[in-house]
Amino acid sequence: MAAKLIKTTLENGLKVMLKEIHTSPLVSAWIWYRVGSRDEVTGGTGLSHWTEHMQFKGTPQFPATVLDRAISREGGVWNAMTFLDWTTYYATMPSDKIDLILRLEADRMVNSLFNEKEVASERTVIISEREGNENEPIFRLGEAIQQTAFRVHPYHHEVIGDMADLLTISRDKLYDHYRTFYVPNNAVLAVAGDFDAKSMLARIRELFEPVPAGPVPPRLSRPEPPQSGEVRLTVEGPGETTYVQVSYRFPTATHPDFFPLTVLDSLLAGASSLNMFGGGISNKTSRLYRALVDKELAVSVSGGAMATVDPFLYTFTLTVHPERTPEQALAALDAEIERIQSERILKQEIARAIKQARAIFAYGSENITNQAFWLGYAEMFARYDWFLTYLDKLAEVTPRDVQRVAREYLRPQNRIVGTYLPNGKGA
Amino acid sequence: MAKNGKAMHSLPGAEDIYRRVLSNGIVILARPNFNSAAVTLSGYFTLGALAEPDDKLGLTDFVASALMRGTEKHSFDEIYNQLESVGASLGYDSGTHTTSFGGRSLAEDLPLLLRLLSDTLRTPIFPQAEVERLRAQLLTGLSMRAQDTADMADMTFDQIMYPGHPYSRPGDGWPETIQSITRDDMAAFHKAYCGPRGLVIAIVGGIEPKKAADAVERVLGGWKVEAQQSLPPLPTFTPNRQSVKRQIKIAGKSQADLVVGAVGVQRISPDYLAASLGNSILGQFGMMGRIGNEVREKSGLAYYAYSSLSAGVGPGAWTVSAGVNPSNVGKAVALVEKELTRFVRRGVSLDELSDSQANFIGRLPLSLESNGGVANAMLSIERYGLGLDYYREYEAMVRRVTMEDVLAAARKYIDPRRLGIAIAGP
Repeated sequence: MAAKLIKTTLENGLKVMLKEIHTSPLVSAWIWYRVGSRDEVTGGTGLSHWTEHMQFKGTPQFPATVLDRAISREGGVWNAMTFLDWTTYYATMPSDKIDLILRLEADRMVNSLFNEKEVASERTVIISEREGNENEPIFRLGEAIQQTAFRVHPYHHEVIGDMADLLTISRDKLYDHYRTFYVPNNAVLAVAGDFDAKSMLARIRELFEPVPAGPVPPRLSRPEPPQSGEVRLTVEGPGETTYVQVSYRFPTATHPDFFPLTVLDSLLAGASSLNMFGGGISNKTSRLYRALVDKELAVSVSGGAMATVDPFLYTFTLTVHPERTPEQALAALDAEIERIQSERILKQEIARAIKQARAIFAYGSENITNQAFWLGYAEMFARYDWFLTYLDKLAEVTPRDVQRVAREYLRPQNRIVGTYLPNGKGA
Repeated sequence: MAKNGKAMHSLPGAEDIYRRVLSNGIVILARPNFNSAAVTLSGYFTLGALAEPDDKLGLTDFVASALMRGTEKHSFDEIYNQLESVGASLGYDSGTHTTSFGGRSLAEDLPLLLRLLSDTLRTPIFPQAEVERLRAQLLTGLSMRAQDTADMADMTFDQIMYPGHPYSRPGDGWPETIQSITRDDMAAFHKAYCGPRGLVIAIVGGIEPKKAADAVERVLGGWKVEAQQSLPPLPTFTPNRQSVKRQIKIAGKSQADLVVGAVGVQRISPDYLAASLGNSILGQFGMMGRIGNEVREKSGLAYYAYSSLSAGVGPGAWTVSAGVNPSNVGKAVALVEKELTRFVRRGVSLDELSDSQANFIGRLPLSLESNGGVANAMLSIERYGLGLDYYREYEAMVRRVTMEDVLAAARKYIDPRRLGIAIAGP
């Protein structure tokens, strides 16, 4: 299966990534904008996510209901996501129907209406989304940790935004956000699947080149100063279950240490999957599962990093065993961290982590949507090559590298420890 | 635009689904996908919560989880070490009528996956220490369930609509029943119900179907359980005479979940496709059908609002679900009731029906692109006797459904005067 790949930039600055994959009669198209919650200032938190919602409310050419109906009729799926660094819109369609999506994306890059009434009705929908999140203890704890970890850098708030801003953001503010960031020179269009790349590129030129480039949007850049000591916090709320999250400051995905850290994550907490679709594997023989869950200090443990543009966090999440205290669970976590920092790591452990990554890659390749996702996603924090060489980079990691990064990053001075304390029986 | 049509997936059908029945009753289904370096294995067997006594609710779930916790040959850690070392996965999931299993690996590791499947199915030993570990995890899961507004609304709905019937019982049990289940209960339950008769296994991925079936036959062909018992039959249930509303209070929450609906259709019923298309119009199509349009788009009451039809061996629930601000519960329930009434009084329009028909047909390639998607499709064919050419004939069957069929199905199953209304929130 030689997959044909085209990378090019249109005259208006839109980057285009195309990959021919002829395994199913499907095409998946993704448009990525370099705008996310880190581009929002106080008073405007949640703007990027709300803007994403408004992009489904129609343009003069494609009124909301017409579009949704057209896509669904063809059996397509479409959706969107907003993250710290980016916002993306995708659709996966039968291959002969993808033109509709391309026309839509070119159109809503400039012509979305942001009708006042729709803004008002979406306000309550998003508030409801936030209230649903608040029902989850892990959301409350994660939000507290994030705002503690980032005082200066705009990673300090949740993507959904603060309630105070959701109540007050105006239509004009949303529209202004949209017009500032939704320009072709701030976007990547990635399409994968069953098409002829040359004619696909010609069609994309025809549809997207008329969209004029805009001023390069500003990107907030306020580096977080180094942390000078461990921070601990607690959040109290309903329930009977105690959770502990331990977040360490982590480098960006393009930092050379990202790969040894990925292996470290695999050894400690089990192989993580960065796939958006395709899933991962269990972690029951990871060091932390053995030390915490087998030893009945926690009932579950997981770890995970995210690929970000600026340094973010790596977080361990522990569900504390009902008969244990959060301090006991944390002590066991610390003992395992100390062990990996001081005792010899075997080569076989690393070989195992690489085989796991290879399998997870194969699972992710089963669907076109996930393959198209990577084509654009990697461009948001690195280049597509980052994805193509991912397994090779992991293979170069040595036991010494893993130990070095364990010592360097997993220091108490580099972390925030958050505990969710349940305030008794909910009812 | 397809350049390479021959290598592409077509819809599964009689000439490319490989089916073999072993002498012990195991049914094997296999279909190749050489575009994939991986294989998916999934299936089910007849261990189900129908056989649980009321004071041991959650037994099936407990047993299914414990199958992976130690066998005559391997400890819990050894089982997972073999799997995770090659990036493979395997797990069991219990249900009312069957327990299902699912796993995947790189194609080269299929023999390992099958060996572990056979081992965990046939010779689990339920080690006491592992049973206790698992018990603590299950109990924590139940504490989390008690705090989950959506789970509690669903559970309450089942209690309202299936009074005294096995479908009213939660599959994960109650804290007191989980506490009361012993290791011996688990071993006895496994011994009575777990066997090759009724076991179906599907394999899809980068392997020749015949080779896959040979590999299954090698590890499971010799399995015999002389005294394998059948599950008790599904009892009938008495429908409510009027609407029943129940509210569960969970303090400190920001949002309430509501479930409103009726008892729906069996998968094998001739009404199934009409009900399913009706459900799509009601609360699935596009941004979640009429319900999404009324509750979310027009009223801004909820982030999610949709309907679902769970048609299985028995009559599953046909429900509308939404998560709303606690002060809007009354308004949202009234809106949903209004939509259900409109649905059964006036039915659906020709445009709506043709939209959902097109969607059902158009989405097939997407639902069948992955190994797991094809495996699930083959298992449905086997479980409900749909015929190997079901997906080839699907388009015609969907197109045959009329507006009158949808209206008849709506009226048969949904009576707006006899709804179940379950709410969980602060």
